[in-house]
Amino acid sequence: MVKLKDIADIIRSKNAGPYILTFDIIFNDPSVYQKVKREKIINKKLIKKLYHISEKEILDIIYFDVALAIKFNLKRPICSGSFGDRDIYGAQQHSPLLEVDVFKKPEEVN
Amino acid sequence: MEEVRIISPTAILGYGFPVSSFEAGLKLKPHVIAIDAGSTDAGPYYLGAGVSFTAKEAVKRDLKYILKAAYSLKIPVLIGSAGGAGAKPHLEWLLDIIDKVTDEECINFKKSIIYSDVSKKLLLKKLREGKVSATTVEPTLTEKAIAESERLVAQVGIEPFIEALNRGANLIIAGRSLDIAEFATFPIWKGFPKGLSLHLGKILECGAIASEPGSGKDCLFGIIRKDHFLVFPTNSERRCTKISIAAHSLYEKSSPSKIWVTDGYIDLSETKFEEVDDRTVKTSGSRFIPIPSSRLKVEGARFIGFRFISIAGTRDPYFISSLPKVENEVKKQIRDNFSEIEEGKDYLVRFVNYGIDGVMIGNLDKIAGEVGIIMEVVAKDKELSKTIMAFTRSTLLHIGYKGRKSTAGNLAILFSPSDFDGGKVYEFSVHHLIEVASEKEVYKIL
Repeated sequence: MVKLKDIADIIRSKNAGPYILTFDIIFNDPSVYQKVKREKIINKKLIKKLYHISEKEILDIIYFDVALAIKFNLKRPICSGSFGDRDIYGAQQHSPLLEVDVFKKPEEVN
Repeated sequence: MEEVRIISPTAILGYGFPVSSFEAGLKLKPHVIAIDAGSTDAGPYYLGAGVSFTAKEAVKRDLKYILKAAYSLKIPVLIGSAGGAGAKPHLEWLLDIIDKVTDEECINFKKSIIYSDVSKKLLLKKLREGKVSATTVEPTLTEKAIAESERLVAQVGIEPFIEALNRGANLIIAGRSLDIAEFATFPIWKGFPKGLSLHLGKILECGAIASEPGSGKDCLFGIIRKDHFLVFPTNSERRCTKISIAAHSLYEKSSPSKIWVTDGYIDLSETKFEEVDDRTVKTSGSRFIPIPSSRLKVEGARFIGFRFISIAGTRDPYFISSLPKVENEVKKQIRDNFSEIEEGKDYLVRFVNYGIDGVMIGNLDKIAGEVGIIMEVVAKDKELSKTIMAFTRSTLLHIGYKGRKSTAGNLAILFSPSDFDGGKVYEFSVHHLIEVASEKEVYKIL
């Protein structure tokens, strides 16, 4: 399978304020972006599984066509810097996305 | 005026920049130097404790180049979120460094100082009037949270900066402010479109982070005209691309097509990004949509205790596979030994196991053969924190567990002394919007 890390230029996470983690997946190729968007590869079911969270913690999934970008926002499990937080800046929460299977490789089709 | 040229020397005042990049930018005759000095990214401690997350000598170094250049080119300097968190002690810390630089260099400016501290009284009044709302998913603000806050600041927008420019200031130093504001104010003041000016501010506020390869320690240059703006790095080894600029428009914001400021938002739904050469991106179509009354974000932090930490590691496969169980047993032994105090109320204990789930819970397919363990204790009383830390470390070192072979000690303790004083610990207590008729309700200019 082709993985998300093989087709996306940028896969990142960061705080959007101390209560929200924002994730950006940005593509370089418009046709690849459109395909990922059309096939709804980034969906709530996937995010729930990757991050071990419930649906109500997924605030939204947004497509931003001018930047060929998909953004989704999660409620932080713990406010940034409160006791128990593991990532103050929220900058290292992206890694589960890297290995997401997106499409079959050409040789895997048929 | 056909265009306004702005240089953003670095992502945060004190992060540094190559002198060659800064000088290359000065050759392009900027009309203004704008720089952001703060963020909540570094967590609640800095606001709570009233200290900066940048170092004095590093800030002084950056200011020396910036102020000397501004003085000789006769252009204004706008600095926002002074001292990181932007409350009164942070602002005064920065003003002190500025005074040292201007004295040493024998230069002077007409300064304007914008205070954006919020009194508990004002926030309480807003809460009782129903003029406080969560920005997104924050817990509902309570009077107790306000009372417990060490200090409160508001992110002011362009209004106080405009007032300072109208007063003829050429060095404006603001407490907590919207990072966009110090960049967007000058072109807005000169009559350029608000939507484009604010969007340019959003791109410039982090210096060369919006270029490739990105850097928080290098300059970015912006040129705004009637119907578009251009952005490029002044270091020829970097470039701005459609993707780097578009990506930065999304950076740290929960909504990509609406970037909120105090009195409305930038609508990016019609925005176009074009590469005009191999290093410059042209942006057009961003519009400003006003809202009827301004909303300012108020930030507050409260003290929760004193932290001690200890660092150790292990390569013992039996210990690693027993770790979660063993750590729970250590917590139980602490409770048994200190039965007159209560975990959760008088103290907190945590183990962070790097190699297992230090960065995030779950997700690792295979556990590492070597694990780093951070032991953390937070307690209301400093001596108690130190005591529980010592007990935690010595208990984890010698605790027995099923299948143990290494009976001389479970941990590779990294340092002597093994336990570190982590100082005071704070958490965010307020991160809410207040509705104001004018930003003047909050800021004070001196």
